[in-house]
Amino acid sequence: MPIISYREALNQAMREEMERDASIFVMGEEVGHYNGAYKVTQGLLQRFSERRVIDAPIAEMGFAGIGVGAAMVGLRPIIEFMTFNFSLVAIDQIVNNAAKIFQMSGGQFNIPIVFRGPGGPAVQVGSQHSQALESFYAHIPGLKVVMPSTAYDAKGLLKAAIRDDNPVICIEGETLYGTTGEVPTEDYIVPIGKGDIKREGKDITLVAWSKMVWTCLDAAKQLEAQGISCEVLDPRSLRPLDVELLVSSVRKTGRCVVVEVGWPMCGYGAEIAYQVQRHCMDALDAPVERVTSDDVPMPYAKNLEDRCSRSRET
Amino acid sequence: MVGVLMTTPESARVEPEAAQPDVETTVAELAPLYRQMLAIRRMEEACAKAYSQGKIGGFLHLIIGQEAVCVGAVAAIQRDDYVVATYREHGHAYAKGIAARPIMAELYGKKTGLVKGLGGSMHLFDKATNFLGGHGIVGGHVPIGAGAALASKYRGDGRVTLCFFGDGASTIGGFAEGLALAALWKLPLVLICENNRYSMGTPLYRSLAVEDVSLRALAHGMARDRFDGDDVVKVKRRIAEAVERARTTGEPTLVEIVTYRFRGHSMSDPGLYRTKDEVEEWKRRDPLHRSRDRLLTLGMAPAELEALEEDVRLEIEDSVRFAEESPAADSYLPYVIKE
Ligand SMILES: Cc1ncc(C[n+]2csc(CCOP(=O)(O)OP(=O)(O)O)c2C)c(N)n1
Ligand SMILES: [Mg+2]
Repeated sequence: MPIISYREALNQAMREEMERDASIFVMGEEVGHYNGAYKVTQGLLQRFSERRVIDAPIAEMGFAGIGVGAAMVGLRPIIEFMTFNFSLVAIDQIVNNAAKIFQMSGGQFNIPIVFRGPGGPAVQVGSQHSQALESFYAHIPGLKVVMPSTAYDAKGLLKAAIRDDNPVICIEGETLYGTTGEVPTEDYIVPIGKGDIKREGKDITLVAWSKMVWTCLDAAKQLEAQGISCEVLDPRSLRPLDVELLVSSVRKTGRCVVVEVGWPMCGYGAEIAYQVQRHCMDALDAPVERVTSDDVPMPYAKNLEDRCSRSRET
Repeated sequence: MVGVLMTTPESARVEPEAAQPDVETTVAELAPLYRQMLAIRRMEEACAKAYSQGKIGGFLHLIIGQEAVCVGAVAAIQRDDYVVATYREHGHAYAKGIAARPIMAELYGKKTGLVKGLGGSMHLFDKATNFLGGHGIVGGHVPIGAGAALASKYRGDGRVTLCFFGDGASTIGGFAEGLALAALWKLPLVLICENNRYSMGTPLYRSLAVEDVSLRALAHGMARDRFDGDDVVKVKRRIAEAVERARTTGEPTLVEIVTYRFRGHSMSDPGLYRTKDEVEEWKRRDPLHRSRDRLLTLGMAPAELEALEEDVRLEIEDSVRFAEESPAADSYLPYVIKE
């Protein structure tokens, strides 16, 4: 199997889907002539022309809404946010329109749209640019939320998101774009709502998504040296959540720690902890633990940033 | 009809004017403006160097080439007037009276930084000089500027607010709404669009159907102005007119100043979307060189000019030393919620 980058995997997913379905277009800031702020849309303008790869000015509310309108009447937009921090400017379109119109219209207008782009803190970019917003979006009925951690999952999940008839939020790892992994050449999807065991173990289940999967795999290696066998479970989709896989893993290990880059209060890990206690109470050997960033806007200085994001138990 | 989305048609494109004649001035007026521009230029060159050495992190947006805009505009206001700016704001902060030392230390992420290492390059704030921030979300700060202006009107304190933003911000809701409300409520605000012709890699003609931001004032019955930002004295004079209007009638003005950034959008942008010729052409219009030449023409003694330049060199060197030697930032918890 070829080894490609996470960035290239996302690019292939869009390219292949656009070849397959002429109703798919990409819109966002710098996606065309600049080939993407993070080069995820590299070469798409050249291949598909300005009709289907549309450089939008800085107007997130506008182009997110344009995507929703176009999706109502039969197109399948992929809207790129340069980073998900800027999706906050467009959140009205996502939450009040994309997520609501199918139900509001009595099932007449579904919204087949993908909102994608990088999320999560990068390095020293300050509080307005260092946010993990998956818990916001996972809160909203009417949306699906996926967060790939590997190149394989990135391609498969983005393809599934593009083919899905509903609004899907695909939050990519800003610091994962350069990572590489095996990706098959033949067509495949990763079904939305299916988690994945990234490493098998028997003593404890570490639940993590996106970048934290890699952190947990590292931790698992270190703990192995101390004789502790960790299972690393990557839900891949936060909404819907693969509760079945979570339950079977924790029933096997009897322990669970959720590791996320986001804030503790109302963070997604709280939902996982709830599901675990609800379904595995009798199998738990210890309370579910959470590891999150500190409960503050992200500071700029490197040492403070490290301290703030360093594994904190809540 | 299967079509490509339109941007500004050729006919509605607005090419920058050729260089304009100098506005009348004196050595006494121009020398301090030149000094500020030079200090900003040297400070940012030092930032770029420190960034390449890994001493400054994150995003670093330099204003090199555009110094006449912030320096000329801020020279037209009083000390207690307000300034709100973007993430490209080192120069605005310095012009507002913030010393190079705390700015540089902030970029280094030090405890002695202007905001204690919490904000970095994009988020300079200073209560002492009424500098209301460096803001990272494009256009999000325009209503904040209008808000400060509303407070001035509310209290009748006679202050004026300058709100700076880029050409790229002219398409976002924050700008449209801030503009509309400032016009509706007649707020003492001067909205200054620093049109450096690009938002990241996108030329303005691919962002706006009519490549003239100042025209947006017309629909709101707001005063407007549009001129080039090569001559710092011209910027000062024209902004002074808008400030005078805000101060005496309480009415806002939308001002568009055409300028150019010599560097990429940020340190990671090689700027491949512009031709070398284009950049060279603008470098010939460098506001810094223009002011320097003017000072000599106006009769400033070369020795005096060199002394001023040496003084700037020492000031910036000192700020770098200060930043390097300062202790690391040490705390972020006290500032989440005010107790
Ligand atoms: C709402 C939002 N969208 C996108 C960005 C990313 N971004 C940062 S600066 C920038 C370009 C802004 O251009 P302009 O307003 O012309 O200002 P300049 O950088 O030229 O000074 C973009 C797209 C952002 N910070 N905020
Ligand atoms: Mg610009």
